[in-house]
Amino acid sequence: MKTRALGPRGSTLWIAAMIHRLSGLALAIFLPVHFFVLSLAFHGGARLEGFLRWTDQPLVKLSEVGLVFLLTVHLLGGVRVLVIENFDWHDGQKQLAMLAASVSAVVAFVFLVRVF
Amino acid sequence: MPEASSQLAVSLWRGGEDGRYQTYGVPRRDNQTVLDVVTYVQRHIDPTLSYRFACRVGMCGSCAMTVNGRPRWTCRTHVAKVARSDRLEIGPLENLPVIKDLATDMQPFFEKWQQAKGVFAPSATRRDAIAQIQPDSPARIAADAGIECINCGVCYAACDTVRWNADYLGPAALNRAWTLFNDARDAGNSARMAAVAASGGCHSCHSHQSCQEHCPLSLNPTASIAGLKRRTALAYLKGELKA
Repeated sequence: MKTRALGPRGSTLWIAAMIHRLSGLALAIFLPVHFFVLSLAFHGGARLEGFLRWTDQPLVKLSEVGLVFLLTVHLLGGVRVLVIENFDWHDGQKQLAMLAASVSAVVAFVFLVRVF
Repeated sequence: MPEASSQLAVSLWRGGEDGRYQTYGVPRRDNQTVLDVVTYVQRHIDPTLSYRFACRVGMCGSCAMTVNGRPRWTCRTHVAKVARSDRLEIGPLENLPVIKDLATDMQPFFEKWQQAKGVFAPSATRRDAIAQIQPDSPARIAADAGIECINCGVCYAACDTVRWNADYLGPAALNRAWTLFNDARDAGNSARMAAVAASGGCHSCHSHQSCQEHCPLSLNPTASIAGLKRRTALAYLKGELKA
């Protein structure tokens, strides 16, 4: 039935949880690809070298920036949840989630500047 | 009663799960609550409208509904706070079966309180001396932080984990379990520990904090659930809790 739009969803911490979940999924998809690329080294350096040259394209570099953001935001978001679940409660979780996202954005931006 | 200054367009859920919203015109008045609006419709427009309320002063927890997409206690929610452009949409609480119109079946909600062992288990009889409880002890402070719950079901309706997982006990039941965990007079923690650590218990919580965000009494069930997570994890490591 009923509700429209986001309803009770859409708060900062709900979005933080969604980012954590989606970044985890994206990283889980990325990891097998990452290991596959590393495995290219087993078949001689040429194939790996060829692939690494392909990754020098600007679009691939740009997607690596996204990957760095996802990795950092998932790491910091995970630390925040682990602290909630294993230590005494502290207020200010919204601010901590925002801080995690901000730090991740800064790290991704530094990577972007260095990579180009 | 002050003169009505304008008209509110009020969409009310009519029917059961497969019902629909129906719009009514209700005179807008000063200091009008959402419950006043629903009551006006029932008393002046359609007496077949079903809804639930009792105390009208924010104590009984029976009048919670979904107001413009958010679960709220309607007796303490002023129309002026929630009605944008003189429009209100009022539906039954989410995550609970709809009986009719704005009344939901609260049975699953209260059954989960039972499942979470949210019932006080006395450790003494009436012939024993009254227990001496230090108000400033850490356990009592933890219990007091969650004890004012009025069972309105707003947190249960706001929780996405409840929506996703039908077995999840929900914020209110787990918050209640945490207050009893910290009650020095209670003797039911062994069974309660097993109940809240089981599948659908405290470890299902994703810490969205929607329960805290929506609780009309500003309680923090997420903090209570985090306490249960710590306590049950420790018990498991000590071998007091079987997997």
